[in-house]
Amino acid sequence: MSTFLTEEPTQVTDAAVSTRLSSLDTLESEAIHIIREVVAEFEKPALLFSGGKDSVVMLHLATKAFWPGKVPFPVLHVDTGHNFPEVIDFRDRTVERLGLKLVVGSVQEFIDRGELAERADGTRNPLQTVPLLDAIQSNKFDAVFGGGRRDEDKARAKERILSLRDEFGQWDPRNQRPELWNLYNGRHTVGQHVRAFPISNWTELDVWRYIERENIELPGLYYAHDREVFARDGMWRAVGEVSQPRPDEEVITKTVRYRTVGDMSCTGAVESAAATVRDVVIEVAASTITERGATRADDRISEAAMEDRKKDGYF
Amino acid sequence: MSTEIDTARAAALLDEAPLAHASLFRFATAGSVDDGKSTLVGRLLHDSKAILADQLDAVARTSADRGFGGSAGGIDLALLTDGLRAEREQGITIDVAYRYFATDRRSFILADCPGHVQYTKNTVTGASTADAVVVLIDARKGVLEQTRRHLSVLQLLRVAHVIVAVNKIDLVDFSESVFREIEADVQQVGRELGLGSDGITDLLVVPVSALDGDNVVERSERTPWYTGPALLEVLETLPAADELESHLESFRFPVQLVVRPQGALAPDAVAGGLDVEKYRDYRAYAGQITEGSVKVGDKVSVLTPGQDPRTTTVIGIDFAGAELAEAAAPQSVALRLADEFDVARGDTIAAAGTVRESSADLYAALCWLSPKPLREGAKVLVKHGTRTVQALVRSVSGKLDLATFKLEGASSLELNDIGHAQLRLAAPLPLENYLHHRRTGAFLVIDPLDGNTLAAGLVNDHPGDHEDERYSI
Repeated sequence: MSTFLTEEPTQVTDAAVSTRLSSLDTLESEAIHIIREVVAEFEKPALLFSGGKDSVVMLHLATKAFWPGKVPFPVLHVDTGHNFPEVIDFRDRTVERLGLKLVVGSVQEFIDRGELAERADGTRNPLQTVPLLDAIQSNKFDAVFGGGRRDEDKARAKERILSLRDEFGQWDPRNQRPELWNLYNGRHTVGQHVRAFPISNWTELDVWRYIERENIELPGLYYAHDREVFARDGMWRAVGEVSQPRPDEEVITKTVRYRTVGDMSCTGAVESAAATVRDVVIEVAASTITERGATRADDRISEAAMEDRKKDGYF
Repeated sequence: MSTEIDTARAAALLDEAPLAHASLFRFATAGSVDDGKSTLVGRLLHDSKAILADQLDAVARTSADRGFGGSAGGIDLALLTDGLRAEREQGITIDVAYRYFATDRRSFILADCPGHVQYTKNTVTGASTADAVVVLIDARKGVLEQTRRHLSVLQLLRVAHVIVAVNKIDLVDFSESVFREIEADVQQVGRELGLGSDGITDLLVVPVSALDGDNVVERSERTPWYTGPALLEVLETLPAADELESHLESFRFPVQLVVRPQGALAPDAVAGGLDVEKYRDYRAYAGQITEGSVKVGDKVSVLTPGQDPRTTTVIGIDFAGAELAEAAAPQSVALRLADEFDVARGDTIAAAGTVRESSADLYAALCWLSPKPLREGAKVLVKHGTRTVQALVRSVSGKLDLATFKLEGASSLELNDIGHAQLRLAAPLPLENYLHHRRTGAFLVIDPLDGNTLAAGLVNDHPGDHEDERYSI
């Protein structure tokens, strides 16, 4: 039996690092630590990648975590069949640029096979769960990275960074493991998998400031552009193949941008002149400021805030 | 309020660049349900203007429906955490909820720990990552057994800053004598525990009214006898644990994985002009600095279980293409070493000459977090740093009465118990006393059957080693 020596006096580093880390640096280091832990402890991780800003930030963090090596896991996209063509194009270019393997779960194929039914409202976001779980099971992914954040809504505020899912992909809030220090417990049994949320502690403003700082490319939809739109359900909807105006809905050209890039049949644009990442950072910061006062925010800002809290389609 | 003005304000705020330099501060709140913790959390979020307008509208409507009076425009701030309350009504176990807000000085992560029966589990979880913990006391009730329990857990977990908020000070007519009496009681408990007087932790007491906002964000005129800072001011100015520890503690770096692309370089890096020849045989050890700091040229020891420490020199600190001269906790980096040792995940790189011999005998305090009790003879897994090993529970030597701080005899531990145990590990680990090493002195106890976390473990010295009274629970 080896014995403990007595504690040696603590050696104080002479040139202690005096520069304090910024909150973005701390969040970045935390996320990279989590990504590396999952890669080290799981057999077959994958990253959910939609081309949306949170998943783009996740992929950027992964490239930093394994530099100068390649990102050591595939990306998984659940394609509703109603995605914006420019987002699909962005997805493909990104995968090509980083030399990644892309796994696509297709809602359309499930509909064609009669395993999913089109909803009356034409929205396909809720249909994504089945192809997602199918892709996880058929590819034997045991950990799936997501860009979910705890500031998105009250339920997510209690989500773990490593979240255990059962055979049905269900989250059981009554059966969550306590998350202690920076020791993540990802042990799971056959059939279970883990959803990993490395940017849990980021806010929307953190994400945008990070995109600005790191000069991260996003699909052009996130920035102000002229687009043919019509008004429906209080949102500006793009004219497209799966998103056609009714005869009474007037089509006009507006300067808009998107705050989320989901299913084209249900994602609305907001009027905005924010054409650069700096403009968007200011807009996001301003929306907080406006909403900080007890006064009523203007339509544009509060609409944007509403969208912010919408859960990611996947989670 | 026009959009133009707001945008201008936002631009001005960002250009002043407090955000770019703001540091991150993690704190937790602990208290009983009736101590007004939800109201305090709501007040901090509201007064630091972290609540979005539509959330506030919804809360205002509900408050009006319920005929709520109070200040803040008649808003029941506790409703801002109503999601949790709804779950409580449905009988779902609620645990720590995380919330986010920022001031010009800092970004905050708030771990909101509910104070019901599972308070030990929740407090341990929230406090394990916290730079500070705010404990609430009802000014009308003073220090209760629950307060003693909370403070006891916080002392055990070595939380750097403990702030006791004496809430509902409005309900005792802002009485200085009531506050002073409670303050004296708190300091007395602190002395009994060694909290705030051990050179490691500090203990502050602040009179507040979460309902009316006194001394929460701004100092109150209604407590002229209180000359200290308001609660948020305290939180904005206290040093974060890493800031303290990176100066005081020796370098510790559990290796997460070996970065060794062997020619499989990232295509985007190559396209960006990466010197392919230079990186052909690249080999670095990736991890997050858990304690202390490191510079290029520092002597370090590589600790591998079952082997003598091997000493070498740090020749490079890499982070995604940037070569750093130095780095400190909690940075994630990749280290290059002068000698080509066989280093793997689970090994620890540490400042040379600062580590003790690895040991397979683990004496520890365990915070038991599972409904499945701990029994002597049980086989468990121990996760320490980046290594997980099998372990046998040889004995349970007692459990702590959190109210009296006395150790009583016990041979098993149940949910929310904190006790002492001795474990025999299948492989020796570089264990360090939690008192001095909040990261390398911590471990998880995991159930090998279902993988669930059973306990939070804090490494003690071996009996017979020099006893540290601050740690003798």
